Amino acid sequence: MATFPSSAKVVIIGAGIVGNSIAYHLANLGWKDIVQIDKGPLPNPGGSTGHASNFIYLADHNKEMAELTIESARQYREWDVYTMCGGLEVARSETRLAELRRKVDSGKNWGVNSFMVTPAEIKELVPFINEEILVGGFHTPETGVCDSLQFGTLCRQKAEAMGALTSFANTEVTAMGVENGKIKSVTTTRGTIEAEYVVIATGVWAPLLAEMAGAYIPLTPVVHQMADYGPVPLFEKSSRAIEYPIVRDMDVLMYERQDGIGFEVGSYAHRSILHDPEEIPSVEEAVLSPTEFPFTQDDFDPQLEDALELFPEILGDETVGQKYAINGLISLTPDGMPVLGETPEVKNLWAACAVWVKEGPAVGKSIAEWMTYGQPEIDCNQSDISRFHAHQKTRQHTKARAFEAFPKTYGIVHPSEQYLSDRPIRKTPMYDWQKAHGAEFFEVAGWERAQWYNSNAPLVAKYGVEARPNEWDARWWSPIINAEHLAMRESAGLFDLSSFVIFDVVGAGALDSVQKVCVRQVDVAVGRNVYTPVLSVSGGFKSDLTVMRLGKDHFRVVTGAAHGMSDLKWFADNAAPSTSVVDLTTAYTTIGIWGPNARKIVQKLTRADMSNEAFKFGTSKDIEIGSQIALASRISYVGDLGWELYVPMEQGQRLWDELWAAGQEFGITACGIAVYVGTGRLEKGFRAYGTELDNDYSPVEADMLTPRLKAQDFVGRQALEKALSEDRAAVCCTLTVDDHTSPRTGEKRFPLGRQPIVTADGAPITDRKGRQSYANSAGMGPSLGKYLLLSYLPPEHAVEGHKLFVQYFGELYPVTVARVGSKPLFDPENDRVRA
Amino acid sequence: MRVLVCVKRVPAVAGLITLTEDERAIDTKYVGFQVGPHEECAVEEAVRLVEAHGGESVVLTLGPAEALEQLREAMSIGANRAIHLVTDGADWDAESTAGAIVGAIRADEAANGPFDVVLVGNEAADSGGYQVGVRIARALGRPAVTGIKGLSVADGTARAEQEAASGRNVFEVKLPAVVAVLEGINLPRYPSVPGRLRAKSKPVASSSPDRPAQRLEMRRLVVPATEAKQAQVLGRGAEAAQAVVELLSSVGVL
Amino acid sequence: MATVLVLVTTADGAADKVALQALALGRQLADGGAVHALVIGDAAAAAELGAWGASSVHLAQHPQLDAPAPDAAARILDDLAGSLGATFVVGPGTEEGNTVLARAAARAGLPFAANCSAVTPGSPVTVTRSRWGGSLLEEAAIHADRVILTAAAHVFEAVDTGGSADVAAFTPALDDADLAVRVVGRVPAPSGGVSLSDAKVVVSGGRGAGSADGFGPVVELAGLLGAAVGCSRAVTIAGWRPHTEQVGQTGTKIAPELYIAAGVSGATQHLAGCKGAKRILAINKDPEAPIMTAADYAVIGDMAEVLPAISAAIRRARGA
Repeated sequence: MATFPSSAKVVIIGAGIVGNSIAYHLANLGWKDIVQIDKGPLPNPGGSTGHASNFIYLADHNKEMAELTIESARQYREWDVYTMCGGLEVARSETRLAELRRKVDSGKNWGVNSFMVTPAEIKELVPFINEEILVGGFHTPETGVCDSLQFGTLCRQKAEAMGALTSFANTEVTAMGVENGKIKSVTTTRGTIEAEYVVIATGVWAPLLAEMAGAYIPLTPVVHQMADYGPVPLFEKSSRAIEYPIVRDMDVLMYERQDGIGFEVGSYAHRSILHDPEEIPSVEEAVLSPTEFPFTQDDFDPQLEDALELFPEILGDETVGQKYAINGLISLTPDGMPVLGETPEVKNLWAACAVWVKEGPAVGKSIAEWMTYGQPEIDCNQSDISRFHAHQKTRQHTKARAFEAFPKTYGIVHPSEQYLSDRPIRKTPMYDWQKAHGAEFFEVAGWERAQWYNSNAPLVAKYGVEARPNEWDARWWSPIINAEHLAMRESAGLFDLSSFVIFDVVGAGALDSVQKVCVRQVDVAVGRNVYTPVLSVSGGFKSDLTVMRLGKDHFRVVTGAAHGMSDLKWFADNAAPSTSVVDLTTAYTTIGIWGPNARKIVQKLTRADMSNEAFKFGTSKDIEIGSQIALASRISYVGDLGWELYVPMEQGQRLWDELWAAGQEFGITACGIAVYVGTGRLEKGFRAYGTELDNDYSPVEADMLTPRLKAQDFVGRQALEKALSEDRAAVCCTLTVDDHTSPRTGEKRFPLGRQPIVTADGAPITDRKGRQSYANSAGMGPSLGKYLLLSYLPPEHAVEGHKLFVQYFGELYPVTVARVGSKPLFDPENDRVRA
Repeated sequence: MRVLVCVKRVPAVAGLITLTEDERAIDTKYVGFQVGPHEECAVEEAVRLVEAHGGESVVLTLGPAEALEQLREAMSIGANRAIHLVTDGADWDAESTAGAIVGAIRADEAANGPFDVVLVGNEAADSGGYQVGVRIARALGRPAVTGIKGLSVADGTARAEQEAASGRNVFEVKLPAVVAVLEGINLPRYPSVPGRLRAKSKPVASSSPDRPAQRLEMRRLVVPATEAKQAQVLGRGAEAAQAVVELLSSVGVL
Repeated sequence: MATVLVLVTTADGAADKVALQALALGRQLADGGAVHALVIGDAAAAAELGAWGASSVHLAQHPQLDAPAPDAAARILDDLAGSLGATFVVGPGTEEGNTVLARAAARAGLPFAANCSAVTPGSPVTVTRSRWGGSLLEEAAIHADRVILTAAAHVFEAVDTGGSADVAAFTPALDDADLAVRVVGRVPAPSGGVSLSDAKVVVSGGRGAGSADGFGPVVELAGLLGAAVGCSRAVTIAGWRPHTEQVGQTGTKIAPELYIAAGVSGATQHLAGCKGAKRILAINKDPEAPIMTAADYAVIGDMAEVLPAISAAIRRARGA
């Protein structure tokens, strides 16, 4: 073994699938002087990789996860450590069958070959299955099983062959050195090593390592039970180790697969069994590996009956015994996504954790690209470690959410499904008022936000809003949303926007800093607002947000709750010298008031002149409202006249009360967030970060730019100039649903978003960059009386009046391209906003 | 034929052994539990005897409530029912253990007739006392054979083989008898799924015997100090072969 | 001072090694008092015991004792202990010694402590004894007027005192019941191969062999060295090799001059069986495997490469 070095360019902690993959991909991008350490032995140091079931199911509703999985499978195949056996998900119930149809929809979105199969077809693929209890299934022929340990070994060997990597097994980290907020060294049982970069890729142990540096990697070890049965007489005749497709028995939350002459049974059906990272034994203390805890048979027994029912021929065989069984530890995070990227607490300290074998190689590549170029090719924003708000970093919250989420691993999770545990965390000043008014609270970033108000139920009849007949479409939804929307359009709506992430960029370098991050010109007059895209180096969206210039060296950035912490880090990372970025999120509450009567209501309360002449759209200034001074900003995300009013958090209820009282004579309506982020936005064709806007699409394709760019440089400029010089491969369009009637059931159906847009024969639409068209957002435009979809379409389909289809639960519904580009269908000339 | 097999729940230690703070037990924070290898084979042997001769096999343990897990395991590979002598988890010496088992045997036999064979592991995996079987036999006035690696039963006689230097000793004893077996007498089967599911509904009779004063009184456990040896590395991979040959000749085994 | 009775088991006219170690413990416990040795049947072995510290030797002779009969031995031991008024009854910590002493204790209604590595006289007498095949020790008190125990193997050193002792032959009283358990026949060991327990060299394979076929190089090297083939418990459980080859707490405990452990990780269970080896050579891919802490020599590498290379080198060295 080489002598332990005293310095390195990068230290990668962890030699599981993730650490190995990062080592290879960094080397592949030209990095040298990489040192990898693990406290366990090689090639299996005893983390979660060592006991992984290693199968790669390609289909996922989530775009980011799907892309990471598809890329990982590609890498496994490239290195010939992938057995493509196919994967079946089987349904015992109609509800599950519907979910599988939805999975085919998602598969089409991300270009995964998947289709429904009948019980008879399942039987043909898996002759030993009891198809009589099944109603159907879902097949992805390219699903397979990888050899993650061999892949890891190849990664290390290749990186070593490039002269870039030295690996040290049985080397435990005991401390980390941090200087001036930047990682400096790693102290191990073999000595201290100075490092420019440190990557934590230690899976279930990661929280402890992060803590050593004063950072947070919120994840918790969770038990997943697996057992191996054998020898199976049928498999002794198999020509290869894995001849039959993997079967996921979704209704009972289990999977089964051939593994040589054995039959592996895994379960997510048992109770949530959480551990703390401190509880994991050392390699010496562990009976099996540190992450293979003793099997708790009682937890598994109920699942055995389900498995037996599906595979009586194999598991009912008295000669087939339970040979090996473990409580394997895996990592779960507060929101179910991985934890990737540079920690916001410590510069050059990177996390690559809560990654499963099916994502490992792609994560390795993404981290390496991110460290090299500042942006990975696959958009990892949902996995970005900087997304976490303070409470999400805590052990208690992480465990509460993991406890709740574990049973949903194979569950049918509605796209709007809410977590119920560990709430409420953050209450806005108006929380009690809202509760008293029947607010239906949804949670975002810990904030309890009124999605709609049940006290507005009478408006449903007033406006004649129809209910949705299908339970799935109506789940986490209410016709009250549309009614609140129409009430706003008729008079005025009052919105609680306290969850905005607000931060100030101040100091001598403030202008340069903001200029560098924002696409639009921010060197504007004090008092002007700028709504701007924020781009990654590759020219895709990093964010979209509003900047208010409050002074020569003073900018206020207002952005969404879900992604705001990442935006905060992005501004801080790009800040020029002599600049401070100050988080003011909880200093200010934001109350929005919009609608034709908004001006009259606000004017009643203030000496300031709120007329259009005195208070132009796109400007902001301090105004007196009663005994308060509020920063009023005339912008709108819902397409109506009005203001965002910023006051200190503790004064929010007072302001709300005054606006509410003043609005009574005009019939003001408290509106839930669903109008703000949903119906109001969609009618105006506003694109939203995370749905229409991500790193895969440029502002040109989103149709959010005038062709002339500002003179100053900004991140992503080069890529954007290139995009401007080319014909766009796709453009964001607004489509209307022509007929909601289900061909199969005759029921009216309402796609909820993320459904494929297809041609009449059901074929996916793929643009020249290989991207499939799908409904990025979907929802009612109540004032238009039309159901709207936003979708990127290639030029041949981006033609107003063009007829296409949206695929929903496997059925096709006719749609029409109503608008190409960003011009809204509602109030296309923005007369209402500028009134 | 009626067969009783006695098992003991012990920690599944494999690597480093650590003790609880009071030094009276192994710290089982990281380990699961099992029955020792000899007893695993004893259970298999009991099941095989009943498969061959008919009748019933009963599995017995003296141990904490959690030892039910080990009884279920035994029943999942075929034992018909279980007797659980429930303790509070305290260590029982071999003499008291045998006494409690004898009491249970007498009670069961009063209702169901004698056990033709009582199987035990040759020595408990943890305490290694080498005596529970012979004590049971003595108390019941039955023959005991120990160190057994081969067993067959015919015409009321057990033929038992015991490993000895360069061969095996053969015993023949009249039934009923006590047989203390060693691992290797058979290769125990793994529990099948149907077996596991059947085990869940098999009867378990529980009682709580009194723990008598311990005459072999465990006071504390000690992890023996191991010499921290530093192996001399002769080389890596195939290149080390010559160095190995030199070692072989220097110690005179070549 | 105490009166001590030691059961000395024998084979083919010689006392067992461990029995002589037990005698040494007996002498230590007697502390100047009488050290009685009991030998069943084997006059030749009995004659030697004075030299090993016995102050008097009792040779039990009985026509029915031509074959091992543990209950008979236990009765003889128990009766003799009673007539001598022995306060310690000691035997060797072997399979035979443990079963006879256990039976004697059962007869007498007394506790029995197997495999003691230290004994401290007193009231009560305290002992240190093996648990988990020696991986763990227990300190225990024995509450009895007569202490019955066995000496753990290879802990006490047999001492040649150069003394002598009279051998008193006697015919013990035995009933049919005492002879109910008696060896009635012998089954020879399967022919071929070297007995693990007696082998001068043992070559073992572990999980690292990967399969039954992976044992080819193990068997090959053992053949070249005239060594016995061994294996770890993981291997017998996997069905790659028979249990008779298992080295470990529940397999065979070995004491060769050289133990070559290839692909054996060195679980507690295994180390308990090979700690009697004079030298251990470990061959393992993992330089930090537990076996390395027990080994004297190590080769870091895959056994599938290293073993054939060693065999080839031996052939070369022999000029074959």
